[in-house]
Amino acid sequence: MMLEIKDVRKSFGKDGEVLKGVSLSVDKGDVVAILGPSGSGKTTFLRCINFLERADSGQMVFDGNVYDMHSIKKRDIAAVRRKTAFVFQNYNLFLNKTVLKNVMLGLVHGLGMPRALAKEAALSALERVGMADKLNAYPSQLSGGQQQRVAIARGLAAKPEIIYFDEPTSALDPELIGEVLNVMRSLADDGMTMIVVTHEMEFARSVSNKVLFMDKGEVIETASSEDFFNNPARERTRAFINSILTKGGVEKKPLSEPQPQPQLGFIDSTR
Amino acid sequence: MTARQLAIVKDALPFLLKAFVNVTLPLTALSFLLALLISVLVAMIQYAKVPVLKDLCRVYIWIIRGTPLMVQLYLVFYGLPDVGIVLDPFPTGVLVFGLNEGAYMAEAMRGALESVPSGQLEAGYCVNMSYTSTMWHVILPQALRTVFPSFANSLISMVKGTSIVSAITVVDMFKEALDIIGRHYEVLPLYIEVALIYLVFCSLLTLLQRLGEKLLGAYGGAR
Ligand SMILES: Nc1ncnc2c1ncn2[C@@H]1O[C@H](COP(=O)(O)OP(=O)(O)OP(=O)(O)O)[C@@H](O)[C@H]1O
Ligand SMILES: [Mg+2]
Repeated sequence: MMLEIKDVRKSFGKDGEVLKGVSLSVDKGDVVAILGPSGSGKTTFLRCINFLERADSGQMVFDGNVYDMHSIKKRDIAAVRRKTAFVFQNYNLFLNKTVLKNVMLGLVHGLGMPRALAKEAALSALERVGMADKLNAYPSQLSGGQQQRVAIARGLAAKPEIIYFDEPTSALDPELIGEVLNVMRSLADDGMTMIVVTHEMEFARSVSNKVLFMDKGEVIETASSEDFFNNPARERTRAFINSILTKGGVEKKPLSEPQPQPQLGFIDSTR
Repeated sequence: MTARQLAIVKDALPFLLKAFVNVTLPLTALSFLLALLISVLVAMIQYAKVPVLKDLCRVYIWIIRGTPLMVQLYLVFYGLPDVGIVLDPFPTGVLVFGLNEGAYMAEAMRGALESVPSGQLEAGYCVNMSYTSTMWHVILPQALRTVFPSFANSLISMVKGTSIVSAITVVDMFKEALDIIGRHYEVLPLYIEVALIYLVFCSLLTLLQRLGEKLLGAYGGAR
């Protein structure tokens, strides 16, 4: 087990708990899809496990090191972040830096890499996402899809063990979603470990091998992606898949029982 | 204008320009530098929510913005000697003008810092950068670009604001003009002359501001 998260709890003020004990284990090479309705706590969970948000309680085991997620020290947070990358829904590229500088900045000023090495690593990461021809462009000069690919390269360049994606295609125009999903698909093919919060059912079904389904801050179901889509164990999961089918505007007999083999392959987007 | 007036105005010009270059300009430049330093520091302390210091910054801004500049000038120059603090006129001017404009500029700078999207800092954290490092390479440059027009505004306003410095015996360009008027009793032409010199210089600064804004631009040009 590479990463194990146990019983994460988080509340904001007195608004009630947003995460009510979420657990997840990730093996090397896993692609975990986190699914669930809006407001179910998916983003909060991802932010908690990268310590952008401090959990109220919870335990993390990363490469055998055990951390208390509430009282973890700054130095340990830095150690965990060194092994992870985070891709935001709205990219969050450094607006005052060019594409190349965006990828290099963390390598040089975060990891202390010599400039020449950082440039090499940045170039190869940008090559990987097909953005090597825009090195001197500023984020404002790029489409959303291009910005997100640079953001992925920025994470990739530091050679993380795992990449977290928070709805990486939700802010994109429909015609730009494909280029980002393709990059992610190719990362998965290369064995990159990833946790992906997404509403892209087809992507989750075809790329992920594990699904964590959340609702109202609780894990409703954790399953292999095959079981989840073909054989959902829980009523709420079935209802969710059905609602996605209806929302997608696709005429399809709703799932009633776990046994039939629904073919979700034709759903490209849920938006 | 009579021939006599014309001659006085002409004769006065080198004296006025000399006072402008020797006193008004350095006074403005040094005061502005001090204000710049203070404002960035004060804004960053508040942005970073440094305990105690951030409260001191609020008190500083509160006092400065709540009292007249002239009163501050008199208080430091004529008041502080009563408690044994005696400063020369010119340094007093720099200190008071700097402290005064610094408070206003700090507020503008704080606004500029807060207008940088919070995701920028988080992105810094996610690529292993520290708060300080992200501040230096990402947040501060973006905030300085945002605040540039407002700072240019402050500079232009300070050029003219320093004309009250004769109240503490500094002989700046305006005081020089007053002295010349005292000698020749030609009021209107000399006031107009002084006003024009200020106007020409401030127009120059306005042009520089335009140029600066164009150079800084939107990163990579507006979309
Ligand atoms: N900083 C915050 N302060 C207060 N409440 C918050 C904060 N962040 C999230 N919440 C609340 O926590 C709940 C879960 O939010 P979260 O963003 O994690 O949901 P999500 O599953 O990512 O939703 P979506 O699919 O819309 O992105 C929501 O009710 C939200 O209002
Ligand atoms: Mg979310």
